[in-house]
Amino acid sequence: MNRRIRLWLVAVAGTALAALLVAACLDLPDFGGDRHPYGDRAVDASLARHTANTVASVNFDQRAFDTLGELTVLFAAVVGCVVLLRQTRDEHRARPEPEPVARPVRRYALAVLPVALLTGLYVIAHGQLSPGGGFQGGVVAATALHLLYLGADYRALERVRPLGLYEAGDAVAVSAYLVTGLAGLIGATAFLANTLLPYGTFNTLSSGGTVPLLNAAVGMEVACAVVVLLARFLDQAVEIEDPTGKGSGTP
Amino acid sequence: MTAVTHVLPYLVAVWIFLIGCYGLATSRNLIHAVGCLSVCQAATYVLLLAVGYRDGATAPVFSDVEPGSRPVVDPVVQALALTDVVVGATVTALLLALVVQVAKRHGTVDPDELSELRG
Repeated sequence: MNRRIRLWLVAVAGTALAALLVAACLDLPDFGGDRHPYGDRAVDASLARHTANTVASVNFDQRAFDTLGELTVLFAAVVGCVVLLRQTRDEHRARPEPEPVARPVRRYALAVLPVALLTGLYVIAHGQLSPGGGFQGGVVAATALHLLYLGADYRALERVRPLGLYEAGDAVAVSAYLVTGLAGLIGATAFLANTLLPYGTFNTLSSGGTVPLLNAAVGMEVACAVVVLLARFLDQAVEIEDPTGKGSGTP
Repeated sequence: MTAVTHVLPYLVAVWIFLIGCYGLATSRNLIHAVGCLSVCQAATYVLLLAVGYRDGATAPVFSDVEPGSRPVVDPVVQALALTDVVVGATVTALLLALVVQVAKRHGTVDPDELSELRG
């Protein structure tokens, strides 16, 4: 199929799809309307279980089983990237040379690193109270480590990042989520049911039953997953070299 | 005027989705195509958050809002949007890893030059 025919096809199909979608939009409830039956029930359930952040309650209590599926997707994607981006037989690994870093960049990166890391851990720990949680805090914490790559060099990053440990941490975190779910099955009523632990005082760190535990497991998984993913991509960019030159391979 | 503002956010989502599809169909570079797929996915964030919005409402977080004192937006779609972001990020990572392999094996990232199968 040549380019011109393809463009025509896209134009025709796109116009038809646009017409259908616009017709569907005109039938949707008005934007900003007051009727949110599921939302109201989710808020009631969240308050009944002393979880101040309703979104965390939906993710780690009411829809905790779906979040397990989401974690599995994340885990599978990490495994897929590790397999796809491995070092093949015809490639070799070059040690990256230290590069000069501008002094303001170095100073700023090293000053911000501990602050960013602490912010990530704070966001994970307060997931049941304030906006944030395991997913967001995990990304912040993992990104904080990579400030070392900006401020120092790749070898400094590799020293604080024993990759095997993070790969194991990823698997341990998914297992911790599963074990918390199984504990609900044994000690309480159902798999991942939030009836195991006391709900605690509203708006304190220990409130929400199993929500903080699941939040911590997710935070650990996301942090490890992001570190492993970025490490694989950085390896491709910085360390692994193709002996036959740029971009060529065996056809 | 109000009739327009009541559907405008949905139409914005439709427009973002279609512009992403156009980019995907006309892309000359696989990395650009992965970016276009992310644009398509961004349309679902806009749609979800538009569906959950309530006039004059605040975030569904009660650490500094007295429960029942103010209307809050729908937390269910916000949780769905969070799931959407996570899955989108992992899919993007996996696709970019595939692009790295394609570039190594075939020496090109133009989808039009990848039409023939090679072992």
